[in-house]
Amino acid sequence: MSYTKRDDGRKFDELRKIKAKVGVVKRADGSAMFQMGDTIAIASVYGPRELHPRFLQNPERGVLRCNYDMASFSVTERKKPGPSRRSTEISLVTEKALASVIDLDLFPNTVIDVFIEIIQANAGTRCAGISAAAMALAHAGIPMRDMVAAVSVGKVGDKIVLDLDKEEEDFEEGATDIPVAMTARKREITLLQLDGEVTKDELMEAIKMARKGCEEIYKIQVKTLKEIYKNG
Amino acid sequence: MTGLIMNERDIVVPGEKIASGMDYLPGNGTFREGEDIYSSQLGLVGVNGRFVKVIPLTGKYTPREGDIVVGKVVDVGFGMWNVDIGSAYSAILNMRETSEFIDRGADLSHYYDFNDVVIAQVTKVVRYKDVNLTMKGQGLRKVKGGKIIDVTPSKVPRIIGKQGSMIKMIKEGTGCNIVVGQNGKVWIKGERIEDEVKATEVILKIEQESHTQGLTDTIKNILEGKGK
Repeated sequence: MSYTKRDDGRKFDELRKIKAKVGVVKRADGSAMFQMGDTIAIASVYGPRELHPRFLQNPERGVLRCNYDMASFSVTERKKPGPSRRSTEISLVTEKALASVIDLDLFPNTVIDVFIEIIQANAGTRCAGISAAAMALAHAGIPMRDMVAAVSVGKVGDKIVLDLDKEEEDFEEGATDIPVAMTARKREITLLQLDGEVTKDELMEAIKMARKGCEEIYKIQVKTLKEIYKNG
Repeated sequence: MTGLIMNERDIVVPGEKIASGMDYLPGNGTFREGEDIYSSQLGLVGVNGRFVKVIPLTGKYTPREGDIVVGKVVDVGFGMWNVDIGSAYSAILNMRETSEFIDRGADLSHYYDFNDVVIAQVTKVVRYKDVNLTMKGQGLRKVKGGKIIDVTPSKVPRIIGKQGSMIKMIKEGTGCNIVVGQNGKVWIKGERIEDEVKATEVILKIEQESHTQGLTDTIKNILEGKGK
């Protein structure tokens, strides 16, 4: 049996329903909420501000610090709160996905803190987190060369699909999850992870599909960011 | 295609193309890559002759020489104070820049202590990192009591209004003493708490609706309507 029809009735290259909002955390310098289907990520940005302890400072360029965390109620089975091996890894890849677009050399000796909180998880959390963080960074007025959008692609059964949900990720006959983050203007890949098995051709097809998905997400990001100043 | 792609006062996000061709030069908040000029910040496009810039709508305060700022003392050091002025780096207020003479070896916290709020002027900025302040000048002082609210630095001109018309109206309407720092920190002190609350409301309303027209009349109505 192969995967012929998606459980939620989407086309194979269709994203889940996306909702985005900017300015959700009042005390942060910039913040954004990004929802894909049932996955909700909230990102808040603080800084640039002075970095303490001082030995962590870099006199040549600013430091970007990302922190990814899943709320204990975000999954069906209660997750033990606090950092884990998984969240540490995701924090690191998020940092690297975003660092290339930020003009960090403008702010030596400072830190830009990005906190990503997943309040509801249904696969693709790191992608939702990156998309939210990019919007939050723009909202915080941090100089950036480009925007970043992220989406997961993968192989479910024998089909290449866009934006997997949890059920597809756990498909009995095996599924491959490939989170991809891309810059909007130059279309450079800043994050590419792979969990499972794919052939080279399938991977190329998946990346092509992710590119299309990222473009759609980028449009939503731009629309949301511009909307906050358009009312009235 | 060469020339401007965005119009003046259009909202742009980071990485959006504003102009292409060498006819234009990149100003603040923009950068050139190849032949094209892109925005690097979320803000409004501004065109000044050949210069294209982006006026940021959000973000930290960028200190400029001559600005009057409202800051909070965060550290008392040897011969100087560190003042938080809401920018990425804290500013330095040297002992010699105070309005009164201070003996060497005097206890500096006697003059300005932790958490004291000061109105100061920016004297020198080196690549917006090293910021120096002075307390010598008219109206520069330590303030006592009152409250501080934060607004976006780019909205400060709107709060002050043309030749201070808006802020004058709020001061008269509420009877509060108000100092608007260029860094987006506003110090408010009134006789009664209600006056302070009203002034805060009005200023936050200006910040929210800074892009609308006829704002002066709206504010006037609020001040008169509520303050019978």
